Amino acid sequence: MANERPSGKRIDLPTGTETVGHEWDGIEELDTPMPRWWLWTLYLTIIWGVVYIVLYPAWPLIERGTEGVLGWSSRGQLAQEMRVADQSRQTVREALSQIPIERLPDNSPLMAQAVAGGRAAFLVNCVQCHGSGAAGSPGYPNLNDDDWLWGGDLRAIEYTITHGIRQQAHDKTRMSAMPPYEGVFEPAQLNELVSHVLSLSGKAPPTAAGAQIYADNCVVCHGPAGGGDRAQGAPALNDAIWLYGSAREDVARQILDPRMGMMPKWERRLDPVTIKMLAAYVHSLGGGEDFVEVAKDPEIQVDEQP
Amino acid sequence: MSTHSNLPGERRMVVEPTEVRVPVTGHKRLERNVSLLALGTLIAVSIGGIVEIAPLFWIDNTIEKVEGMRPYTPLEQAGRDIYVREGCYLCHSQMIRPFRDEVERYGHYSLAAESMYDHPFQWGSKRTGPDLARVGGRYSDEWHVQHLKDPQSVVPESVMPQYSFLADTDIDTDAEATLRALQRVGVPYSDRDVSLASHDLRAQASIDLDAGDLTERYPKAQVRDFDGDPERLTEMDALVAYLQMLGTLVDFDSAAPLEELAEEKGR
Repeated sequence: MANERPSGKRIDLPTGTETVGHEWDGIEELDTPMPRWWLWTLYLTIIWGVVYIVLYPAWPLIERGTEGVLGWSSRGQLAQEMRVADQSRQTVREALSQIPIERLPDNSPLMAQAVAGGRAAFLVNCVQCHGSGAAGSPGYPNLNDDDWLWGGDLRAIEYTITHGIRQQAHDKTRMSAMPPYEGVFEPAQLNELVSHVLSLSGKAPPTAAGAQIYADNCVVCHGPAGGGDRAQGAPALNDAIWLYGSAREDVARQILDPRMGMMPKWERRLDPVTIKMLAAYVHSLGGGEDFVEVAKDPEIQVDEQP
Repeated sequence: MSTHSNLPGERRMVVEPTEVRVPVTGHKRLERNVSLLALGTLIAVSIGGIVEIAPLFWIDNTIEKVEGMRPYTPLEQAGRDIYVREGCYLCHSQMIRPFRDEVERYGHYSLAAESMYDHPFQWGSKRTGPDLARVGGRYSDEWHVQHLKDPQSVVPESVMPQYSFLADTDIDTDAEATLRALQRVGVPYSDRDVSLASHDLRAQASIDLDAGDLTERYPKAQVRDFDGDPERLTEMDALVAYLQMLGTLVDFDSAAPLEELAEEKGR
């Protein structure tokens, strides 16, 4: 402070710049002005800030924030982008929402578009359980084969996707439960029963005792020949497809303490058109069945849960 | 200044006699007085805070008015505490941003109201795994259990670690203390909720215990055995219960108010 000499400002000869006016031990400080480009950048950011505040939502006030003269909001922009995206697909989506799903195969261009849309939705929503190739894994059904627990025509698939399987607190879901047979059978009886179940698909020799136990306990749902019952999602036991494994211990475990798959309902999570597209895609994977029109015969009631 | 005498001194001799004390004013004065500078800094920063932060506490539309949000059940809260303990937030966010790609993958964008009982919140924009804000109901309980035990068994390309110990660990938590602590920071648990906390915790994951009016006090609470082992109340039960609740509370079927959100200005 002792060297404070405001009046001592002078022009530094080599640089032509004014000094700040103080010096320590003969060392003086030049008062070099800010570079002009820097100063103008600063002024521009200030101007940009003012313009931004005017155009966009900026200051929260008493009731709400300032709106900005452009009226922009991130949620409004999203709604706009979604509208634009929807419009580009509108014709397809409208056609899909109007056509009954069982009539979809008659319109092959629309079917092809539905399958393409369904593939995209499948990759986002379904691969976590059914696998990226829809081949499933133990406990999660393979969708490429023609073995269907609850039906494999377009309407049945659409219903399953919409309402799910064993979805808690949902009345329309596909519901069934296999009772556990823990403690019901003697070990020898269980052994006979397992043999009989495996014999249905030729994996073990049939036994009379096993057949009797099967007839007493299992026929109601799985059918006398093990064909299963789609009305209650009872799996067919007479084919090569085993959701929980076909080893003797797997079958025994499934009898004693059955595991039953649960699939979430996609109603309300996905819109009806997307669900329709998913059904078309799953149907197209290889095992899709033709829809049988039951309503044409007045004697037969339309099955609401195909 | 002991080196004065070593200077050539020529200039000093010229300058010295002109020494004049001029009063320091304006910005120079601020720069030379530490207390004044600190005070000025405080005022400048406070203006920023008052303008940008303070109004959020009184503006009505900071938190949307939505139907369905409720405090978490003791079991869900226990699962949430496990979620935080295991650092799930390091890879998973719970915040769907209002962008088309996120909305099409995860569902409706998150609302501030959906985090209003979160202590601490689980927002974030850094993700290694997917966002979990609406994971509830997307998968079956069995899937969650299998996935937590061995993620690669259902998602082969996953880099998620395995959490099979959760299925072997009994829940060790003081549900009443947890609820009371949350009540103190403003989560609207009733005193009855707090006193029933331990029972609620067990009843929600049990197929034997009577849950009483649990689902009336906590609408949409899912009551079942979550981990596939009805005999025990494990951390797996709690975590799966928490995950199955995420994003399911707000009623997005009553979409009208949400369309209003898209039109709303001044947010």
